Amino acid sequence: MPTFVYMTRCDGCGQCVDICPSDIMHIDKSLRRAYNIEPNMCWECYSCVKACPHHAIDVRGYADFAPLGHSVRVHRDEEQGTIAWRIKFRNGKKDMDLLAPITTVPWGTGYPDLAAAPAPAKEMRDSQLLFNEPKYVRMDEGGLHTLESNGLELKEGVYY
Amino acid sequence: MGYKTIIEDDIDILVAGAGLGGTGAAFEARYWGKDKKIVIAEKANIDRSGAVAQGLYAINCYMGTRFGENNPEDHVRYARIDLMGMVREDLAFDMARHVDSAVHQFEEWGLPIMRNKKTGAYLREGRWQIMIHGESYKPIVAEAAKKSADKVFNRVCVTHLLMDESKENRVAGAVGFNVRTGNYHVFKSKTVICGAGGASNIFKPRSVGEGAGRVWYAPWSSGSAYGLMIEAGAKMTQMENRIVLARFKDGYGPVGAYFLHLKTYTQNAYGEEYESKWFPALQEMVGKEYLDPEASHATHRPIPTCLRNHAIISEVNAGRGPIHMVTMEAFQDPHLEEIGWHNFLGMTVGQAVLWAATDVDPKYENPELTTSEPYVMGSHATGCGAWCSGPEDLSPPEYFWGYNRMTTVEGLFGAGVMPLVVRRTRSLQVPSPKVVWLPRLLVNTSTTARPKASVLPMPRSSAARKRSTSHWKPTRLAVTKLLPVLLTRTTSTRVRVWIVSRS
Repeated sequence: MPTFVYMTRCDGCGQCVDICPSDIMHIDKSLRRAYNIEPNMCWECYSCVKACPHHAIDVRGYADFAPLGHSVRVHRDEEQGTIAWRIKFRNGKKDMDLLAPITTVPWGTGYPDLAAAPAPAKEMRDSQLLFNEPKYVRMDEGGLHTLESNGLELKEGVYY
Repeated sequence: MGYKTIIEDDIDILVAGAGLGGTGAAFEARYWGKDKKIVIAEKANIDRSGAVAQGLYAINCYMGTRFGENNPEDHVRYARIDLMGMVREDLAFDMARHVDSAVHQFEEWGLPIMRNKKTGAYLREGRWQIMIHGESYKPIVAEAAKKSADKVFNRVCVTHLLMDESKENRVAGAVGFNVRTGNYHVFKSKTVICGAGGASNIFKPRSVGEGAGRVWYAPWSSGSAYGLMIEAGAKMTQMENRIVLARFKDGYGPVGAYFLHLKTYTQNAYGEEYESKWFPALQEMVGKEYLDPEASHATHRPIPTCLRNHAIISEVNAGRGPIHMVTMEAFQDPHLEEIGWHNFLGMTVGQAVLWAATDVDPKYENPELTTSEPYVMGSHATGCGAWCSGPEDLSPPEYFWGYNRMTTVEGLFGAGVMPLVVRRTRSLQVPSPKVVWLPRLLVNTSTTARPKASVLPMPRSSAARKRSTSHWKPTRLAVTKLLPVLLTRTTSTRVRVWIVSRS
């Protein structure tokens, strides 16, 4: 179910070319419009559909057995932190609006400033801890699990 | 044409392949190496690259020790049964004890995790899975990587690792090319974290023509994780392992949330429950220690996923297919119906497109399930990949030879799909086991029985025979070269299985 481009909406900006993980959205040099150069390598991941500022890209069914007439459209908004879908069945019996959050914080702000975080001390470097551990393992004062702390050991052989 | 050669020198940490594993590794690396030069090379755009490009609607491995739910050893026990003994238990334990802190960080970064309104804990899908709104899982983690790396080379496909000329078995960087400009890129680096992917389209996809790209795993996954490793001489393990998944037909829509959260179930063409009918035959094939339905009923012991999938195949072969997922009951609840659709839209939009195009409404008809074509990959609880060192405080001496998750090549590390049973390093979620081993590849790992020689060729030296008599688990290590073609050469070695048990 590969992507295709509505030629009247596309302005050849190349956002889809930039994002496509399969590298199959290209710009036609004479028409200056995007198109899917290799429909059979399209994962239908909707990355280009979400990235297109003009909603010029859509996805259709397989040519051999999925007829046209349906629609699955999306609007992803990082500022609002939401993704809005609309699914329309071909027979018109189902028309769903679905809204989901994509982030709980203003986009791009929830990250710790690693450059400002204190450098790991030798004790930390020699331990099995990762960044933010042990605190983030349980969000309390508990330590990291070890075999010893959990009353375990590794035994040779297979015993169940 | 005049392609340029672009050299990036003095790199301390090169991340080759930045899907969810590589991007997460770049972030963690920045904390440990504040003044180090960290560079990412990725063949697509890290905002939407790798297998999580579409998103993911569940985190399939979360212990929940914070909510008193599970301890790492519980997960080791689960993985041991589900993968029928083919696990590195030190790595499984290590992954399990770190995974919660990764999830808590993701939540801080903005990943929306659903909560159980009554308890306040994360909303459980199953014992190990939690539900998330994960459409932007990848961009959220990619953002962390962009803030951490010194340079990100998008659209640079790494093709080979470089080895140190002055020191044997020491990695020295990587080379690749820009898929747009054709420029040749040389990365000279002290260490390399290989976060490249597994392989799709080795076997003919079930869907052909235009459907060829609608594979379960991403069609751009070329198996470079293994190709890079093998050419660098890293020891690989269980490369004969293939993953086959039960999925909604033609669209590969995921079934995990349907089974676990929506409580849908499968039946054959006659509306009968079929799975348990196959248990006696399966038990005979794999032994009671791996399939014990009575014990599974009494405890949380899983029925190995590969055997459940095998039951699907057997039932279809017996002429009682197709297998249907019974959604008509659960989908009468509008809330569950919405979750069912969100589940597709957040990670496999193609299934929603297919159902909309063919008027399949799971509220009024039970959609068809089938098994996928086989894949070679290391995440999703399959069992192949590079043989990695475990952590110092857990691993027995033979599993520990340096840094945690370092391969047998000095300075070469794995993240994501690549390391054996690491599933994914700290930065990654671990999807639920969905694996089928073809029966002839099953290794009987009971203490005394050994695989039949006709099925699993063993090294024949007398010393090797002696060693294999008691607690040695003989494993054939088939090394599969996946790039550019499926060309196989094999090595054989033996590893001893160490298991986590009560002291």
